[in-house]
Amino acid sequence: MRGREDEWTGLMRSAMAGDDAAYHRLLRAVTPVLRAAARRGLARAGQPPDQAEDIVQEILLAVHLKRHTWDSEAPFAPWLFAIARNKLIDALRRRGRRVFVNIDDFAETLPGEAPQETASAGEVATHLNTLPQRQRDVLQSIAVESASIKDTAAKFSMSEGAVRVALHRGLAALTAKLRDH
Amino acid sequence: MDTDQLIRSLAADNAHRVPRVGAVLTMALLVAAPLSILIFATFLGVRPDVMSAMRNPFFDMKFAVTLSLAIPAIIISLHLSRPEALMRGWGWLLLLPVGLLAVAIGSEAMMAPAMPMTMRMMGKNSRVCLFAIPAMSLPLLAGALFGLRHGAPSRPALAGALAGLVSAGLAATLYASHCTDDSPLFVATWYTIATALVTAIGAVVGSKVLRY
Repeated sequence: MRGREDEWTGLMRSAMAGDDAAYHRLLRAVTPVLRAAARRGLARAGQPPDQAEDIVQEILLAVHLKRHTWDSEAPFAPWLFAIARNKLIDALRRRGRRVFVNIDDFAETLPGEAPQETASAGEVATHLNTLPQRQRDVLQSIAVESASIKDTAAKFSMSEGAVRVALHRGLAALTAKLRDH
Repeated sequence: MDTDQLIRSLAADNAHRVPRVGAVLTMALLVAAPLSILIFATFLGVRPDVMSAMRNPFFDMKFAVTLSLAIPAIIISLHLSRPEALMRGWGWLLLLPVGLLAVAIGSEAMMAPAMPMTMRMMGKNSRVCLFAIPAMSLPLLAGALFGLRHGAPSRPALAGALAGLVSAGLAATLYASHCTDDSPLFVATWYTIATALVTAIGAVVGSKVLRY
């Protein structure tokens, strides 16, 4: 457990220093842990586990948009689990349950969980359709078609800077819609 | 959109950088402060006998009390803007103004004051105090909440209450230079009521706007 969390902290430090690949690896590494915790939280609240992926995506968006509140001198895992816990509580509350979420839900992963599993979720996809055209196009291109910023810029005859702005605004707008819906 | 796709888009946005919460909070307070100062200059102003008042330690004590509220409140609110932060170990900072007031009240009592206790406590400006501190707080409160929105507090109502303490502490510092009631008993009564009001507003608004 220690080793894994030290690895996360190292990856996050690299990510904050500008290493996009480290950031990508970190997000993929934490996702199975978040997913398992979301399922456990849903199960404890008597909710079907199929909503776990919505919660995972909401946590990932919050982690992304609030990563400047992480202190690079501090370990990453407590920060991550605090955000995850807040988001899980919010999500369960929106679904009409007040539940106590145990922080330990996040500290342990069940053995045998497939680390590379990915799943689609409904909420982000729904809100994606309500974004302004340009943001939606850019997000689709980068996320779904896995085009680079450069290729996306060429495809839509935009500058790379404009693509970056549209990408960030799109992600921020998705987060706001998830929070307020 | 599946989660791997979302992660890809987040990684592509990694280069996007935003300033730290402390920088945003500082900017927001600096933008809000002129509005509070405008309210102060328009309706209140510095008391005319300020030069002689400065020789009275109880006049100076008011600023020590209000700043010992505002500055720790800023420090704690920045601490709480981190999601994993706990109040534990930090709350005692908020006892600083309380301790200062207790010492001041004790000293005044030992100095055989000219006026009876109830008169010192009631003062002449209690009503102005109750309006002026909250009114001057509101721009600063909006600024503090705007700044803290940039953070990720796990307890939005608590963070909002701290924003209330920040703004009330700063507004009370302005007000202290206007008010001719220098007795620590007056400060302990009316400044506290005004501060509690602003803190409650901060907590209520914060519980809505500081969710992330």
